[in-house]
Amino acid sequence: METVVFALLNGVIYGLLLFMLSSGLTLIFSMMGVLNFAHASFYMLGAYFAYTLMEGSNFWIALFIAPVLVGLAGMVVERYGLRKVHARGHVAELLFTFGLAYLIDEVVKIFWGRTAVNYKVPELLDFPLFTLYGAQYPAYRIFILLVAILMLVALWYLLRRTRAGLIIQAALTHPHMVGHLGHNVPMIFMMVFGAGCALAGLAGVIGGNYFITDPAMAVQMGPIVFVVVVVGGLGSLEGAFIAAMLIGLLQTSAVSINASLADIFGFLGLAGTSEVGGITIASMAPMLPFLLLVLVLMVRPTGLMGDREV
Amino acid sequence: MTGEALQLIDLKKSFGPAKIIQGVNLQIEKGERHAIIGPNGAGKSTLFNLISGRFLPTSGEIWLNGDKISGKKPFEINRMGLSRSFQVSNIFTNMTVRENVRCGVLYSMGYGYSFWRNIGNLREVSEKTAAILEDVGLIDKAHLPATLLPYADQRTLEIAITIAGGAEVILLDEPTAGMSHSETDRAVALIEKASHGKTLLIVEHDMGVVFNLADRISVLVYGEIIATGTPEEIRGDPKVREAYLGEEVEEGVPA
Amino acid sequence: MTDMTTTYVNLAPSRAEKFRQRVLPMILFALALAVIPLFGPSRTTLTLMNHMGINIVFALSFNMLLGRAGMLSFGHAVYLGLGGYFCVHVMNWIAAGSGIWGAVPVFSMPAFGFAAGALAGAVIGWPSCRRAGTPFAMISLGVAELVAAAGFMFDSLFGGEMGISADRMGGHEFLGLTLGPLEDVYWYIAFWTFVGVVGMYAFTRTPLGKLSEATRDNPERVEFVGYNPQRVRYLVFIFAGAFAGLAGGMSAVQDEIFTPENLSLVPSGAILIAAYVGGIRYFTGPIMGAIVMTYMGSNLSDYTAGWLLYLGLMFVGVVMFVPDGIAGVVYGTWDIISGGKFREVAGSWAIRLLGLALMAVSTITLVEVAFRWSDGYGEVFEPFGLALHHGSLLTWIVVVVPFALGALLLRQAARAENEVTT
Repeated sequence: METVVFALLNGVIYGLLLFMLSSGLTLIFSMMGVLNFAHASFYMLGAYFAYTLMEGSNFWIALFIAPVLVGLAGMVVERYGLRKVHARGHVAELLFTFGLAYLIDEVVKIFWGRTAVNYKVPELLDFPLFTLYGAQYPAYRIFILLVAILMLVALWYLLRRTRAGLIIQAALTHPHMVGHLGHNVPMIFMMVFGAGCALAGLAGVIGGNYFITDPAMAVQMGPIVFVVVVVGGLGSLEGAFIAAMLIGLLQTSAVSINASLADIFGFLGLAGTSEVGGITIASMAPMLPFLLLVLVLMVRPTGLMGDREV
Repeated sequence: MTGEALQLIDLKKSFGPAKIIQGVNLQIEKGERHAIIGPNGAGKSTLFNLISGRFLPTSGEIWLNGDKISGKKPFEINRMGLSRSFQVSNIFTNMTVRENVRCGVLYSMGYGYSFWRNIGNLREVSEKTAAILEDVGLIDKAHLPATLLPYADQRTLEIAITIAGGAEVILLDEPTAGMSHSETDRAVALIEKASHGKTLLIVEHDMGVVFNLADRISVLVYGEIIATGTPEEIRGDPKVREAYLGEEVEEGVPA
Repeated sequence: MTDMTTTYVNLAPSRAEKFRQRVLPMILFALALAVIPLFGPSRTTLTLMNHMGINIVFALSFNMLLGRAGMLSFGHAVYLGLGGYFCVHVMNWIAAGSGIWGAVPVFSMPAFGFAAGALAGAVIGWPSCRRAGTPFAMISLGVAELVAAAGFMFDSLFGGEMGISADRMGGHEFLGLTLGPLEDVYWYIAFWTFVGVVGMYAFTRTPLGKLSEATRDNPERVEFVGYNPQRVRYLVFIFAGAFAGLAGGMSAVQDEIFTPENLSLVPSGAILIAAYVGGIRYFTGPIMGAIVMTYMGSNLSDYTAGWLLYLGLMFVGVVMFVPDGIAGVVYGTWDIISGGKFREVAGSWAIRLLGLALMAVSTITLVEVAFRWSDGYGEVFEPFGLALHHGSLLTWIVVVVPFALGALLLRQAARAENEVTT
């Protein structure tokens, strides 16, 4: 029972973090048609910026400043990089962001070294919040949960209740029409790209000390975020949310299952001593998102909530 | 050459709440040249997209030479002998003119997805390609990249690709749109030659072209055919006059 | 009919043209491959050459997708890896010598790799080729992660982190090659590089090859000339997988080991960069890219710790400013020189080159100083007797001034060119 509850809680937190990343990616993709390959690199920048800011100030300042800095970096990238290759089509844009991801990785290694940095949970939150079935639950994780929910509400409010949100929504369903509304499209693109990157940066600030802050974190997170966006259906925020929660829960609960394939498929005659039978569910956890991707695409090529062929 | 080449039965198409095609019935005989006219937004292009399989009809049926084609994919319909052109030139931009036409020829000559033949050695493909280029008058520009062609030549290439596969039923979507008078005359001559012995369905705004070319004409207004008949019948039809009343007759006006 | 036949003859390239454009380059390529050993290359050079051969075939197979069919794959190494793994297993069966395997020459490995790569392409391509464009790219990434993860899981097939090794001398001699000495391996690689290059060139000349270009240009129109673009993409994908597998077979004999790392995103990204930097719009582009990148990968890393960063900068630079890659520059230059226009452009080229050189000086200084600073060993970048410490003013002058000057010159050159063309 206790594993189930803990796995559920951790899964929801991980899922919300994934959504924080994939919502920005989805916004950027739906409006600009750009799949930002470097999105997870901005997530990594968020964590590293926060780490450095924390050395000079404290976590709470970093929490606000780091995402803004990441957002500004994103805007610069859009203005002076992406916009230049835009005319040559989506593949050129994708390749540009691919190269950018590569560059950010290398630059991070220069500034912060090749090994993990000691980006710690703030002392204020570094205590067990409650004890469940005799096991303690760290307060910081609940803090992540709260920040993520707050972001969710803010995003919802922004999209449903503000003028900017209306334009964004219009752009999501009719990407070619926004220009006809008389809005400055390059400006909107720059802002959306910046905002998407800032969201990724925020995920990095609160996720970097929950997981680990090292130069590999972008490479590890990037493909999973892609999976979330594709499984959810390209261009669908609701789909991205469902897929993020699904993958979050799937991966965290899989990690806590020590059963092997032989335990599950034993009735088919799979022996625990055989190679396939000896594989545990826990060891398969990193594969699950990608397995889900292939399965979903075979059954429903547009993704869970996608209706748009891109 | 008798019987129906193309038959539309109570064809309907809606996009969300917008009913673009509202129950079209149409029979086109084999060998007939049939023109569809109507004001902008009447649904002419949508009708073409339905027939050629680009869109799926909301309801109704389409038959080609006695086979039902509604619900089939564009490439399946094309293989059954129906070929179409596009209003906006839709060519293979990075290939030469000759390669463009050759792409239109290949499937019909049975070379499908072949990966064991050298395309240069397919003599009958090269001959057919050359013959079509000769027919449409692009032979001198055969080695130019398609993007470098002037506009009128791109329109011609569009038609060349359409007829390259030897389809019996040909759909042309505003083939002379945006052309000058002399270019239009040449295009009409080309269409006459290319559609010889074939069934032609054409959407056209230029009334000169329509009355010159068509055996019969259908008038499409707000997704419905309000009249079908010979050019003389259509000219005298009061309903048609009414539908065009208040609108300038769109002679030579590009869409 | 008679004049039709004459037009046909007129349209097709003449015998002399065909020879000059198609046969002659192949003969020259074969000659180059045959002449290289006469210079008595060192072991290091031979190994480098062998890797170049492998990467040439790999990059060309990647470009069957990106350049020819417009399909961007982030996981092309999967097919090289699976082909190579199969070959490593076959080599071990050969070494064991049981049954028919004892009679199979190791020389034939790339053929096995080809088959395995094609099979992998056929299986994996089925779900992934249903979408084109960006979704295809993302799916290729997901599939690559999945296969790489599986690689670390099934030890009997992939050998875990250590991988699986084999002995290339386990089989019979073939064509007088024991494949023991590196010279033998060179001939083996040269032979299969030639086969791969000619094979992939021939593919561009087939109906399917032409249709793949048509599908890249305009997938919609392809449907209206009787082709299913999904089917075209799927078939091309199988061939691209097969030729990648061929490269895998070459690699299995050269390096005698495959690890799950070979399946991962890292080699997939590297070949993407090589092909793109070489120039994906030209058949020869990926060949140039593979040669340059392999050379840089093996030599530049000796000079500087920052070579991956340089690689990334170069890639982004090519994507932004030189989308036709090295091949585009080479052919463009050749056209201008052979067209006798060199005098007209010489001035603006000189300005450009100077601008690029200045920016390169600035960038290299910045990167080198930054690397030494981040290592924290107190090393100082000392080019030409200068001591560029990260704290000294001189360093920052060397970084900022050439950069600004170079940018100014490049902008000037671009502006001048715009005025000429408009």
